[in-house]
Amino acid sequence: MSQKIKDASIPTIPFKARFSRWFGRNLLRIYMLFGFTYLFIPVAYTFVFSFNDSGKSNLIWKGFTLNNWQNPCGAPEVCNALGNSIKIGLLATIFSTILGTMIAFAIGRYKFKGRSSSNLLIFLPMATPEIVLGASLLSLFLVFKINPGFWPTVIAHVVFCISFVVVTVKARIASLDPRLEQAAMDLYANELETFRKVTLPLVAPGIAGAALLAFSLSFDDFIITNFNSGTLITFPKFVYVSAARGIPAQANVIGSAMFFLALAIVIAGQLVKRKKTR
Amino acid sequence: MSFPKVRVPYLLLLPGFAFLFTFFILPIINLAQTSTQTPIAGGDTGQYEQTLAFSNYIQAFVDNKEQFGRSFVYATLATIFALAIAYPLAYAIAFKSGKFKNILLVLVVAPFFTSFLLRTIAWKQILGEEGFVVPGLRALNIIGQQTTLTSTSVAVVAGMTYNFLPFMTLPLYASLERIDPRTIEAAGDLYANGLTAFRRVTVPLSLPGVVAGTLLTFIPAAGDYVNAAILGSPNTKMIGNVIESRYFKIVDYPTAAALSFTLMAAILILVTLYIRKAGTEELV
Repeated sequence: MSQKIKDASIPTIPFKARFSRWFGRNLLRIYMLFGFTYLFIPVAYTFVFSFNDSGKSNLIWKGFTLNNWQNPCGAPEVCNALGNSIKIGLLATIFSTILGTMIAFAIGRYKFKGRSSSNLLIFLPMATPEIVLGASLLSLFLVFKINPGFWPTVIAHVVFCISFVVVTVKARIASLDPRLEQAAMDLYANELETFRKVTLPLVAPGIAGAALLAFSLSFDDFIITNFNSGTLITFPKFVYVSAARGIPAQANVIGSAMFFLALAIVIAGQLVKRKKTR
Repeated sequence: MSFPKVRVPYLLLLPGFAFLFTFFILPIINLAQTSTQTPIAGGDTGQYEQTLAFSNYIQAFVDNKEQFGRSFVYATLATIFALAIAYPLAYAIAFKSGKFKNILLVLVVAPFFTSFLLRTIAWKQILGEEGFVVPGLRALNIIGQQTTLTSTSVAVVAGMTYNFLPFMTLPLYASLERIDPRTIEAAGDLYANGLTAFRRVTVPLSLPGVVAGTLLTFIPAAGDYVNAAILGSPNTKMIGNVIESRYFKIVDYPTAAALSFTLMAAILILVTLYIRKAGTEELV
């Protein structure tokens, strides 16, 4: 009976109409596929050309080789540049995460005079174009006769990372359930204990996310670095400078390796989160 | 704790704000001072004295109004394109991806981890003379034999759109994801069709994400010079390229400072007007 009704309600639909209905239903999915393809084309290109047996200039496909992956430091300066970027990234991450988390707690947890101007001071570096941040810091260093180089670059990175840390950690603090802390206080934990045993562990994922964001912003930064690093070579600077005469395939190796490493870290983080919520 | 409670927030703010004051506010003030200096008569290149020459601003603007205009046009176009591409993408991830939501979100950010310079140069090579796209299109007579895809303003805008896309997608996703699906259902119950519900409920509720995303795209795009340097030609120079060359090639600090300051002021004014118009004060 029900079979009959179903048959009656859906007469054989011509293929064209069926297709257009399927298309209408899956339009967003198809769109998503195109969107992600667009996002990943250059990543895939970079990865494929990391296997190019290219010699000096990695422009035309000349044949498959694993040499670049076996010998990632084969091109002059490339590993030196990578090392500098990692060192700067780690230092900038540590400083900006500490300073930014403290600010986030102050703004997220307390009502005090000057709170809205504090918010403004956090927003301003994000509303300033990188080139202005970089140029203004360089002018300051020049006035104080400080030569651009390693530490000026670290300082510059901390400046633009702090705001992103504050915003990320603050969002996490805002999403906390205040009842959890009240419960701890009800159970005779003092303020410090509550903070250490309840608040901090709850905010920790936000801090970890902020640190990861700070590191990737620092690691990938070119404009501010270019202004404040002087003769120091970082990985993005290396890529930019060598672009004129052709980038060695080793840069593609490092770019691709960073991609997979970061992806692994993020996915591992997601898995840990899922395990915990179970 | 031993100190009075009122002081806690200030103590927490102190180190970070001391840092920002020294390395953000002071440099900006210093930049303002530099912008009104003039070369010392008979001095070396790069030596300047304070003469409060506000004419530097007029001179810098008149000399570079073309690049200024271009920066704002390119940045606006890139922002519009990024919004057009990112909104459906963020919408699909937020509402149509089920259990793959987190993975798809990671995938939006993932291209970030390959250095953005490498990706921009990859585009240059894909769309350049040696790539496969241009010869293919030429062989099919879709583009003329002389037409190139790189070294054009189209390439610069496309590069900026691509590079700032995650900055647009993430805030859009965040605000779309927060929408209670029941509000959209309610619109349906009140006889709104899909399109009306989308237009009258989903879009207004996602407005904070639109504002945050457009700002996060427009601001860096307006000051960008990397895309124009890699994908463009001398005819697509933006204000960032001018500032960069004033600093490093010509060692003309006052003009560079005046240009930087004008750029920052223009952006701040536009951003303030925009936030007022959009009516969302709660941004950070």
